[in-house]
Amino acid sequence: MDYTDNSLDQSRATILLMGLRRSGKSSICKVVFHNVQPLDTLYLESTTKPTTENFQSLIDLAVVELPGQLNLFEPSLYDSEKLFSSIGALVYVIDSQDEYLSALQNLAVIIKYAVSIKPKIHIEVLIHKIDGLSEDFRLDTQRDIMQRVGDDLLDYGLEGVQISFYLTSIFDHSIYEAFSRIVQKLIYELPALENLLDLLMQYSSFDKVFLFDINSKIYVATDSSPVDIQTYEVCAEFIDVTIDLDGLYETKGGKGMRPTRCVSKLQNGVTLYLYQMIRGLALVGVSRLDDGEDATSMSVIDYNVAIFKRSLEKMWEKSKNLEQGNL
Amino acid sequence: MTLNLWDCGGQDIFMENFLTNDESKGSSTSSNIFRKCEVLIHVFDVEGKEVQKDIETFKRVLANLRKYSPNVKIFILIHKMDLIQVNKRQELFDLMFNKLRSIALDEYGFNIKGFATSIWDESLYKAWSSIVCSLIPNISLYEQYLSKLNGILNAREIILFEKTTFLVISSTNEAVVNSKDLDPKRFEKISNIIKTYKQSVNKIRTNFSNLILHGKNSSIYLEVLTSNIYIMIILDEDAGNEVAIDYELDDENLVLEDIKIARELFERIETKGRLPSEVT
Ligand SMILES: Nc1nc2c(ncn2[C@@H]2O[C@H](COP(=O)(O)OP(=O)(O)OP(=O)(O)O)[C@@H](O)[C@H]2O)c(=O)[nH]1
Ligand SMILES: Nc1nc2c(ncn2[C@@H]2O[C@H](COP(=O)(O)OP(=O)(O)O)[C@@H](O)[C@H]2O)c(=O)[nH]1
Ligand SMILES: [Mg+2]
Repeated sequence: MDYTDNSLDQSRATILLMGLRRSGKSSICKVVFHNVQPLDTLYLESTTKPTTENFQSLIDLAVVELPGQLNLFEPSLYDSEKLFSSIGALVYVIDSQDEYLSALQNLAVIIKYAVSIKPKIHIEVLIHKIDGLSEDFRLDTQRDIMQRVGDDLLDYGLEGVQISFYLTSIFDHSIYEAFSRIVQKLIYELPALENLLDLLMQYSSFDKVFLFDINSKIYVATDSSPVDIQTYEVCAEFIDVTIDLDGLYETKGGKGMRPTRCVSKLQNGVTLYLYQMIRGLALVGVSRLDDGEDATSMSVIDYNVAIFKRSLEKMWEKSKNLEQGNL
Repeated sequence: MTLNLWDCGGQDIFMENFLTNDESKGSSTSSNIFRKCEVLIHVFDVEGKEVQKDIETFKRVLANLRKYSPNVKIFILIHKMDLIQVNKRQELFDLMFNKLRSIALDEYGFNIKGFATSIWDESLYKAWSSIVCSLIPNISLYEQYLSKLNGILNAREIILFEKTTFLVISSTNEAVVNSKDLDPKRFEKISNIIKTYKQSVNKIRTNFSNLILHGKNSSIYLEVLTSNIYIMIILDEDAGNEVAIDYELDDENLVLEDIKIARELFERIETKGRLPSEVT
């Protein structure tokens, strides 16, 4: 029962998933972190007790699901004060295909409580299952929900709460996009990483670069240019192509010294580029190489990417030391 | 090469529609569907309960084809083989196939080919590959030259794919001693991976022209070879220099050069139907 003590160590950034029953919390977790096919979530059992799952990416993550059937303030089940004081992000899932007024009430109560314990907490609201809504209706729904949440918070006299809204569905890439942004807020080194990626862009002919978590297809950082969802999808799927192909010819006693690198030219002049980084990450970039100087620009890219990787290693080494020093 | 595939409904009512040869109606489905037919793939359920009826249907199809498309190539699949005990499969297949073959040959003058298939293993994919292969002219020349290419590259495996279906039309892995280590379903898997990749880049309205992967212990090159064929070359990582941490663009260029030469030769086969004299 007292799971909070052993699994929520401070070195992990904790994401707390909340929402009414059957809003989609377990499904999101399964699809994003366990590569479960979206359709296979159809028969998921309702979760009965808090569950924690740990993931390792650039940072160590813990995702805690509080089942919708629990009363948040049922004190016997867990220490909610302790839980709330240790979380990095509070993700609240709303089923947009269902009547959502009671969800909004629930959300307002939770926000009030969370803010009282941790005033600077990031609240992330997923307006979920939008696959069932028409394009126009999605924006209307989002506007309506934002309006109502705003009103509720005013009623409670809460101002200046940091709250973000996302339209999501497990049937497309929107859930990955939302989780990417949520996780990024938990990465202390994010500004430095983004700077490095911008530099990489400047000195190599990339149009867009992502630092992907290979397993989940979340991107933990990207350069400062806007993210186009199609480019994201193609890059994420390029990781699968690379991993799947490589897996077919894996030999047992292989040495596997070199980082995986995969380059593919497309007919529209774009080149997809993947280079394996540390801690289950891969750099995936889209580049427009000029014809004729292919070979030289590719060497430049390889060279700069290798430098980027070394900086990443150093940065991570440093942050680990800092952490240990603090403890 | 373009393949128009008709999946003909098997229920009796549809079959009647295809097969009833009512000339008075002029453009009945029957003459449409059997006209200019280049390939027939007839699927038999290995556990089919109405064998006699299936054979009757097959005969009527053959009669139509002899009339409208006498040059058709005929393949039969004896399907759902997974339902049969492993040690009885060959015997049962021979029995059924010999019967069908003699009907087709003796009564209609068609020479047919047959495959034992199941969706649960690689047999179905292999059957389709052989069918597509048999439609490509000069396939044996491709095979010959592929081994020659492997003599130069010393690859773990070289594979040729048909470009639209991604079916394997030829492969060689002579250089490998322990080819048993290779996944028997790998061709099908590769086809699926590449098909998925093609669909993926389709979203940004383009196609890929090549892919070079340096992985854990192999390097994989995927390139367009001719207007109909993709080539995939899998090289052992430690075949080259062992400690290469940096990517030797020179090695890469060497392979690409070889592919370029191969491309010229394969294109000649495709257009002229023979190997250029230098290599024969
Ligand atoms: N259409 C659609 N259905 C979804 C989506 N996400 C989840 N679902 C479905 O919603 C149902 C409930 O999902 P769960 O993940 O079990 O919900 P939960 O929030 O964990 O529920 P509790 O454990 O009871 O709190 C499942 O049948 C899912 O398949 C989505 O994006 N779109
Ligand atoms: N055991 C087994 N079942 C198969 C195989 N191929 C198809 N089936 C099943 O046979 C049924 C009919 O298949 P379908 O493709 O719809 O047949 P069609 O009417 O000829 O198009 C389905 O339930 C399939 O799952 C096979 O190789 N083995
Ligand atoms: Mg659940």
